[in-house]
Amino acid sequence: MSSSMRDRVLKDAVSIGLATGIYAVSFGVLSVAAGFSVAQTCVMSLVTFTGASQLTFVSVLGAGGTAAAALPPALLLAGRNTIYALSLKSVLRGGPLRRAVDAHLVIDESTAMAHTQLEPADKRRAFLLTAVAIFITWNVGTLLGAVAGGGLGDPRDYGLDAIFPAIFLALLVPQVRDRAALGAALLGAAIALVLLPLTPAGVPVMAAVLGCVPFLLLRRAAR
Amino acid sequence: MSWWSVLALCGAAYGLKAAGVLLAGRVGDGRQTRASLELVVVPVLAALVVVQTLDGGHAIAIDARLPALLVGAFLIWRRAPLLVVAIAAGAAAALLRAAGA
Repeated sequence: MSSSMRDRVLKDAVSIGLATGIYAVSFGVLSVAAGFSVAQTCVMSLVTFTGASQLTFVSVLGAGGTAAAALPPALLLAGRNTIYALSLKSVLRGGPLRRAVDAHLVIDESTAMAHTQLEPADKRRAFLLTAVAIFITWNVGTLLGAVAGGGLGDPRDYGLDAIFPAIFLALLVPQVRDRAALGAALLGAAIALVLLPLTPAGVPVMAAVLGCVPFLLLRRAAR
Repeated sequence: MSWWSVLALCGAAYGLKAAGVLLAGRVGDGRQTRASLELVVVPVLAALVVVQTLDGGHAIAIDARLPALLVGAFLIWRRAPLLVVAIAAGAAAALLRAAGA
């Protein structure tokens, strides 16, 4: 890979890290407002390290729900990380300790960035750069939000919520390398669209994995 | 809020990630397996784009996020850097909302 391409991966990783860090601030604010201490909020970001689940978890508890009520929706959102880790087989190599640490870094952004690359070594570099950038900004942002509290306003006023779908679209496009991938992407999007009003949060994204099945079968039949 | 709830979330979230890594260790190592596993993630990411754009909490919501995504898509097509795509999409949504959309 050329050095300019490598620079682009680094720049992209830092860009995603910064956007995620701003979101982490609003998580910190929300978590403390929901009744978690600053320490608890920071441990959640350090150890759970999966944003959508954390936001859902503190939202349910903040609205007066019990932990038993907050865990299932949070884990439905975290369930896609299992699919991601599986897809990263060629990236997550090494001894048990190495893989145990790598597992912690499996999130939407690190997975999507890894798969924009073709070669395992480039995938691994993109995965690690993105994961480390986000790990830093996510935890610093969480601490800032938890300590500083409100006053930042709604992140939607700055259009922050609209940044992430554009980022994931940008990371999806290079992965659509053939007709099978295009078909799987469109079917996955259709599954999510149909399930979005019908199922709990987290289900549409996970169920979309079925969008790859007909195309895997077609590929097999073509061989 | 109890530490138990925090630790339960932490443990379960890590367990889900580790399960995928363990599962990956059990599937074959061939080139075709690798290609199949990479196809698996494509519809999931496509779904993520749909949900993040249209999620209205048990409903489909069409708001400033959709035109913002179209702005992003245009810039992706023009091969703009990711930072430009992200800032333009965010700015488009913020402007639309400021204008009352």
